[in-house]
Amino acid sequence: MVDSKQQWKAWLYLAPAIVLLLIFTVWPIINTVRISFLEGYNAMSAVNGAHFKFGFGNFKKVVEYRGFATCLKNTMLLCVLTVPISTFLALLIAVCLNSIKPLNRLLQTIYFLPYVTNSIAIGMVFAAMFKIVGFSVEGIEQSTSLGIVNNILAVFGAGPVNWMNQGSSYGANIAVMTIYIVWNALPFKILILLGGLQSVNKQYYDAAKVDGTSKVRVFFRITVPLLSPMIAYVVITGFIGGFKEYTSIIGLFGENMGPVGSGADKPLNTMVGFIYDSIELHQGRAGAAALILFGIILVVTLLNLYVSKKRVHY
Amino acid sequence: MKVVLENLTKIFPSRTKGGKEVIAVNDFTFEIPDGKLIGLLGPSGCGKSTTLYMICGLQKPSSGKIFFGEDDVTELTPENRGVGLVFQNYALYPHMTVKQNILFPLQNLKGADKMSKDAMLERAYEAAKLVQIDELMDRKPSELSGGQQQRVAIARALVKMPRVLLLDEPLSNLDARLRLQTREEIKRIQQETGITTVFVTHDQEEAMSISDMIVVMKSGVVQQIGKPQDVYDSPLNLFVAKFLGTPPINVFNGKVENEKLLIGGNAVLDVKGVSDQEVFVGIRPEAFIIDKQGPLECKLLNVEVMGRDVSIVSSHEDSVNPIIRSIVDADNLKEVAQESVHFALKPHKVFIFNKDTEERIYVGNEKEKVEADK
Repeated sequence: MVDSKQQWKAWLYLAPAIVLLLIFTVWPIINTVRISFLEGYNAMSAVNGAHFKFGFGNFKKVVEYRGFATCLKNTMLLCVLTVPISTFLALLIAVCLNSIKPLNRLLQTIYFLPYVTNSIAIGMVFAAMFKIVGFSVEGIEQSTSLGIVNNILAVFGAGPVNWMNQGSSYGANIAVMTIYIVWNALPFKILILLGGLQSVNKQYYDAAKVDGTSKVRVFFRITVPLLSPMIAYVVITGFIGGFKEYTSIIGLFGENMGPVGSGADKPLNTMVGFIYDSIELHQGRAGAAALILFGIILVVTLLNLYVSKKRVHY
Repeated sequence: MKVVLENLTKIFPSRTKGGKEVIAVNDFTFEIPDGKLIGLLGPSGCGKSTTLYMICGLQKPSSGKIFFGEDDVTELTPENRGVGLVFQNYALYPHMTVKQNILFPLQNLKGADKMSKDAMLERAYEAAKLVQIDELMDRKPSELSGGQQQRVAIARALVKMPRVLLLDEPLSNLDARLRLQTREEIKRIQQETGITTVFVTHDQEEAMSISDMIVVMKSGVVQQIGKPQDVYDSPLNLFVAKFLGTPPINVFNGKVENEKLLIGGNAVLDVKGVSDQEVFVGIRPEAFIIDKQGPLECKLLNVEVMGRDVSIVSSHEDSVNPIIRSIVDADNLKEVAQESVHFALKPHKVFIFNKDTEERIYVGNEKEKVEADK
């Protein structure tokens, strides 16, 4: 313990961080809650001294807004699709990586690369992989690039699929986004799970070997339970990340949040996208949407914690 | 099921290029008789655990063969050998209850060996009863004491009725009192089941107390195999003599001249048939007899009375170690002067070793002791 005469020193050292956190994190949170209850709040009128009625008007507006249901649906759908898929794949890859001896470090680095790559850049690369690009130059006949994914599909005699061009289906769009988000989410999850695997006592596996346990049984009866704290962590943070999905869609589809020709409807918009859209003119509405998102994340996280209480072995 | 080890050798390649490879076990040949309890004994790094893991099948020998009975199991995987292994830190699955832990090996059985749920439960309870943990079946390992975890580990190893039971440092994680109790328990379980059992330990007392036979190892080479008392009474070399016994044997620099053993210039013992040479003399703590006329004069440092034993701590300029510890009869204590103490020696507790090879070249016999007493 710091003795009381020394305490002011401790506070002094902490002060810069505390002051910054108070100004840029704590106050904005409080302010968001405040303005979300001020009906029709916007910063411009507030500066001009306008008064706003206290109430649930912003929330009502958000829920009634025709884009909101789309945003909520997209967000939920992406969460439900990407979190289980990426967690399972990450677990599989981590187990494989852990059992490979040669080039282990190199492989770990390769799998970690997406984590340090800009997600907009990754989005553009993915768009190039999935997009059909047509060239039409005068005098020369038209040539078309179907994109690498369609070319691979063609090898198996399938496709081509209109993944994300004009007129592409919602299902195809979601598929592309799922693949992209899963790929983007893998490195962090692999890192955490690999760390967990490396701290598992090897003797459990020796014991299982002596008992003639099959590989599949070892995975489900020993590896997964022993990793359950890490899996729970990865799932919970995965859901929180999933609910905040936004940049990936910008990266893939650009500002109009949908394939070309979908107009101003933004058919692939998400909750965070909705908040950004409202923030310029309707801060009250953006605040309300943020609080709704917070509520959803809170409920899902509590649900996760409840389930993990029964399933996780610390 | 007897276990035969034939020229068993394990070489670990060097981790760095051009480095030295490590011979963990060197040309180990031994037949473990059926239904006996064998202790593999040695300091850490002597290859005893490697030997155990090779018998188990978790490590492949570099050369040599292993037979269970008449079957050559050298190439078999652990599960096909029919061995039960108890790990040093038990390796109980922390997320399973005691019952699930014990059932686990049975649930792995496939094909013709597959058992019904009821049969498995019955077998699990049988094993649990044998080690007296049938009351704890629904607890998690973390809710058990060290001794209880140990029993669960033994039950898990026994439940599939292995041909050979292997124990890796089974008592090292227990406190002193529990250790005493558990080693008796291991002996009892082994005798009740009659399973050939091999256990590894660095604690000589542990090995001596419960083994039918002990194998003393040093840097991968077997030093001596035999009944515990035999090995203690006639160690083949200085290492074995030093390794067995608490308090440890006292070693002196000595000389043999005209069939007399000299320590510090005084003839302490007649040694027939030993040629003149410089030697190491090993004297067990219990070999010392306090005797005013005794030829071995030591400087008295301390007298420790520890319950039934009286231990005299003294020093001698020719002793290899700074102190000499002897355990003597309390009756003769008045013979001890303030500054020095004179000892006579029991011949059969004195060993003479070659100064270079450290092989034993002489041990007195009990008959001479009777004569000396007269």
